[in-house]
Amino acid sequence: MNAILNFFKPKRGVHPTEHKAESTQLPIAKLAMPQKLVLPLRQHIGNMPKVLVSVGEHVLKGQLLATPECTVSAAIHAPTSGTILSISDAIIPHPSGLPDKCITLIPDGKDQWTNLSLVDWRSAPKEALIASLCTSGIVGLGGATFPTHIKLRSSGKSSIQTLVINAAECEPYITCDDMLMREHADEIIQGIEIAQYLLGAEKSVIGIEDNKPIAKQAMQTAIAGKPISVVTVPTQYPSGDARQLIHLVSGIEIPHDKRATEMGVQVFNVATVRALYRYFTFGEPAINRVVTVTGNVAQPQNFEVLFGTPLPALIQAAGGAKPDTTHFIMGGPMMGFDLPSTEVPITKATNCIIAASPHLFAPPPPAMPCIRCARCAEACPIQLQPQELYWFAKSDAFEKARDYKLFDCIECGVCTYVCPSNIPLVQYFRYAKSEVIAADKAKEAADLARERNEFRLARIEREKQERAQKHAERALGTKAEAAKAASASGYVAKEANTAEAPSSSTSDEEAAKAAKQAAIAAAIERAKAAKAAAAATGLAPKNTTPANPAVEQEIAEIDARRKNVGLENSKEAPITADAEKQAKIAAAIARAKAAKAEAEAAKQAQNVELKE
Amino acid sequence: MLTALYIMLGLALVLGLGLGYAALKFKVEGDPLIARIDAILPQTQCGQCGYPGCKPYATAIAKGEADINQCPPGGDAGVHALADLLGVEYKPLNAEHGAPKPKSVAFIDEKACIGCTLCIQACPVDAILGAAKHMHTIISSECTGCELCIEPCPVDCITMEPIAETPDNWKWKYPVIPIRAVPLNEVR
Repeated sequence: MNAILNFFKPKRGVHPTEHKAESTQLPIAKLAMPQKLVLPLRQHIGNMPKVLVSVGEHVLKGQLLATPECTVSAAIHAPTSGTILSISDAIIPHPSGLPDKCITLIPDGKDQWTNLSLVDWRSAPKEALIASLCTSGIVGLGGATFPTHIKLRSSGKSSIQTLVINAAECEPYITCDDMLMREHADEIIQGIEIAQYLLGAEKSVIGIEDNKPIAKQAMQTAIAGKPISVVTVPTQYPSGDARQLIHLVSGIEIPHDKRATEMGVQVFNVATVRALYRYFTFGEPAINRVVTVTGNVAQPQNFEVLFGTPLPALIQAAGGAKPDTTHFIMGGPMMGFDLPSTEVPITKATNCIIAASPHLFAPPPPAMPCIRCARCAEACPIQLQPQELYWFAKSDAFEKARDYKLFDCIECGVCTYVCPSNIPLVQYFRYAKSEVIAADKAKEAADLARERNEFRLARIEREKQERAQKHAERALGTKAEAAKAASASGYVAKEANTAEAPSSSTSDEEAAKAAKQAAIAAAIERAKAAKAAAAATGLAPKNTTPANPAVEQEIAEIDARRKNVGLENSKEAPITADAEKQAKIAAAIARAKAAKAEAEAAKQAQNVELKE
Repeated sequence: MLTALYIMLGLALVLGLGLGYAALKFKVEGDPLIARIDAILPQTQCGQCGYPGCKPYATAIAKGEADINQCPPGGDAGVHALADLLGVEYKPLNAEHGAPKPKSVAFIDEKACIGCTLCIQACPVDAILGAAKHMHTIISSECTGCELCIEPCPVDCITMEPIAETPDNWKWKYPVIPIRAVPLNEVR
């Protein structure tokens, strides 16, 4: 019944010529130590790690060279012992062909290991194990290079029930996982056990395409009764895509807006679980991987390669590239990209190197107009409408492309492969994706700029208000002081009243004026007090020790005089001083009045005299 | 007659209350058009449009005081977006307000900087760090490339550096089919 149903199901994906037999003739070989190793700091998805070593430093094999920064980042270790030659920009294996920061290491040939810290995964707590994984440098070796410690971290939101091991290796030419399973099946199985333990998954399923019978046999032998099952999936590109494989082995279809972990499934590549095994059993960090060298080379083969090995060394080991080789492809022919230079190093993402020649990969004929045959839509493994997306991408209608789920596209290249008009559809989708991402980043930056500008304007306004408030407070403060002084002496009560009165009025000017007056009044008061105090101390000297009889007699005389006037002690001095002054003034006035009266009297007398 | 009048009055009262409540409850803060125009503008706050920032320019456009083609950092795409939003005809960028330039960030030659804080006061997004009589520096991730800090610098130690292409910000190019030389015998 199922077979009949499957027959009527639309066949998604394609089946290109495999070309896998060429590189599986020979076992995995260990590559000889190269002359130098160039380690790009960006070998994984996420943040660049922080360099811990300096130029000229001698490092040991497995030593930490760069430590991860932030959560999504991975460490870089020394693949062998040697000296750091430089930390500078070099061309990295990236489609852009742009240089990036790399550590160049010159091997000393001793291949001396550093002290490896080994954690027993069976007894140690899981948190400690995952924390130690952060500095293991292990990333997804299937090609996505997502840091593994993040995938093993239990998020708490969803628990993982199923661990799917990706051994499909669906792309043509690539055989590194196949050879790894044939030769190191036991290590992979133990790695699966570790991953299953760390995730707390109930079951593990290995998904292998049916074109790898030897690898499947090896895995089944290695399982030997352990609770791990092997599921054969039909050879159909791209069944190695995580979502496709999950569907194939467990029947769970992951909704486009959800992650596999939300559905209780986690996927690891076979090479990644083997790296986990080596890390937890020998303490070995990620320093090497298996790379397929195939295509237009004399002897295609798989090699165990140290990270940072220059590409020419690897090509040389495979018997060298044939003369008609035009360029090298990193990854498979469907999803890989042309290497920008032959001098690039092997990184954690390099699963395959294909030497390309015109007879292997004929240059695509010129693209013809889209005839809307919808063959791409039939073949698309995630059921998108590539022909529609193509129109939107071509006319820069990115919002429409987003609406048509551009970001669900896995860039598998099936649409380009089936297109009868030879339109490079995936290239359009990649272009559209990076334009949308750039636009989103620009939008984010604009939002940040707007926020900062608004904050700045708000801050300037606030500072202005604060300044005004401070001025007002200062004015109020002086007023209060004035009022206090006034009430203390009872002298400038009138002024204080006049100063306080306008405070109720809202006019700032008036308040300021009043405050000024109050301040003046207070200052006058202070000056008076100081003067009086000075006068008092001047009048009542504190040195009472007798100087000589003559001076003492003088003092006594002065005291007697003061007593006569009515002064008893210095405390009363201000008032008495004032009184004295006023008395004097009064006397002067009296004198003046008397003089005036006298003068007037004299005048009158004169007048009288004149009348008479 | 009177009943009808009462009914109508009652209805008017009830509906009026309802409308009044709705007006209060669903009140729109600010002018949504200004916010939508402002969302299109690139937020460089450079003032090349003749207004002291993007928001004032957005306000001026909304009021019909300013044209939509005065923003060089927004480029042609920005004018198109504004034309679409406002339902007006597209106009090419007004050359009076300057030409679009590649995105850059300011760079302070720290040896030459005398610590006068004039650039800090000029920066519209607080992207310059420093204090009086101390060296200043640009927080390049916050710099919008408005060039407002260049003018006030008394020692001309600020330059604009175009943002370099790295593997991080690199973009896939528009697919082009390379032109190749076709041998004469292949030409029909």
